Amino acid sequence: MKIGVLALQGDFAEHISMLKKIGVETAEVRLPKHLDGLDGLIMPGGESTTIGKLAVAYGLMEPLREFGKIHAVWGTCAGAIFLSRDIGRDQPLLELMDIKVRRNAFGRQIDSFETDLEIDELMKATGTEHPYHAVFIRAPIIESVSGNAKVLSALEDGRIVAAQQGHLLATSFHPELTGDTRFHEYFISLAS
Amino acid sequence: METKTGTWTEKKGLAQMLKGGVIMDVVNAEQAKIAEDAGACAVMALERVPADIRADGGVARMSDPDMILKIIDAVSIPVMAKCRIGHFVEAQILEAIGVDYIDESEVLTPADEEHHILKHNFKVPFVCGCRNIGEALRRIGEGAAMIRTKGEAGTGDVVEAVRHARSVIGSIKHLQVMDDEELMTFAKNNGAPYELVKEVKELGRLPVVNFAAGGVATPADAALMMQLGVDGVFVGSGIFKSGDPAKRAAAIVKSVTHYQDASILAEVSKNLGEAMVGRNAAQMPESEKLAVRGW
Repeated sequence: MKIGVLALQGDFAEHISMLKKIGVETAEVRLPKHLDGLDGLIMPGGESTTIGKLAVAYGLMEPLREFGKIHAVWGTCAGAIFLSRDIGRDQPLLELMDIKVRRNAFGRQIDSFETDLEIDELMKATGTEHPYHAVFIRAPIIESVSGNAKVLSALEDGRIVAAQQGHLLATSFHPELTGDTRFHEYFISLAS
Repeated sequence: METKTGTWTEKKGLAQMLKGGVIMDVVNAEQAKIAEDAGACAVMALERVPADIRADGGVARMSDPDMILKIIDAVSIPVMAKCRIGHFVEAQILEAIGVDYIDESEVLTPADEEHHILKHNFKVPFVCGCRNIGEALRRIGEGAAMIRTKGEAGTGDVVEAVRHARSVIGSIKHLQVMDDEELMTFAKNNGAPYELVKEVKELGRLPVVNFAAGGVATPADAALMMQLGVDGVFVGSGIFKSGDPAKRAAAIVKSVTHYQDASILAEVSKNLGEAMVGRNAAQMPESEKLAVRGW
């Protein structure tokens, strides 16, 4: 099992250290050739406009789309925006997941927050019962899911913060900033 | 479900999202758009870039909030702004208008020649400059959630940023091979909080994100700082004081991502037009150096 982490910009090193913690081999992906031999890909938090521009500049858009048709791909925050079909503004998107996302949906940095989430699917898959502590930073929300995409987690007010579509996963928060490896374990189960 | 804002994890976390990216100085909404389109991961809103602050002289203060708000409205990426060292009311104002990060910066004229802002008192995160490990850990001790080298702003000369990055990173390496008995003396000699010295030894890096700043003018400068081991780069006067800002900005963004790939660095370094007119930092009188501000 070898998982790539898109390393164009953002907190890719944090994802790599989480994967190492659970004994998974990793690789940094900056160019299309770096996708060879990978079983899955994580797209980290960062700035989605920066990541999108660099992906276009280095010919990664089509290779990433092809990769995502077959392999597991997980986007956190900026990565989730990049995975989505629609964000209501013009910037490069992979359009792999049938989700509509809104950027910076909670306001500015002083509105960024931490909270606990009950995520049934995650607790079932990892055989645990305690809630998942989620860190939101200038976070997007998933406004709606359609097609085969389903809601994995929502806040108490109903706003969607995690979604899954087969082997594709989107979270508007940052599991890589916590010590809790359950989301990474869950992703590895999708990649297997 | 308990929800918390303004936590240490949140403050440090935003800087982690900026890693591998370029933060660009901009003086108006139009420049901010150019920076965003070039792939900047954040912008620093200020009325005058450091090269102009140097040329103009006088007292350099926080920028007009209206000008900062126009930049906030113009772009979707995070917006930072500078306050004077020790001027906690300028910081309160910047927090109130919703900037995403405050730079308590030596580029502005200090408001307090002995004390920095107690940054733990704020919900908005702060970045501060440093020349060495002691200065970095004092600022983190006061609550800075991100550190940058001071370099020598507004010169286009990377030599001071290199000196400061090598000093910090060298000290971290030195700590790795020290016995625990030596840490208190290290803390004393460097004027650094002991608990943070211990943490740096355990982590093998600063406990917060560490960027380069002060004199970066070319893609090669940016990649040099990345190879030395920083997490990302600030470019101040280097972009909008150059011949073709949009092209140079995009090239520096690419150079930070592909900092280890010399063939890509060669490609992005081609035909960028004139770099900013440099000023040799070594020949500058001490009284003109901005990096000595900060205590």
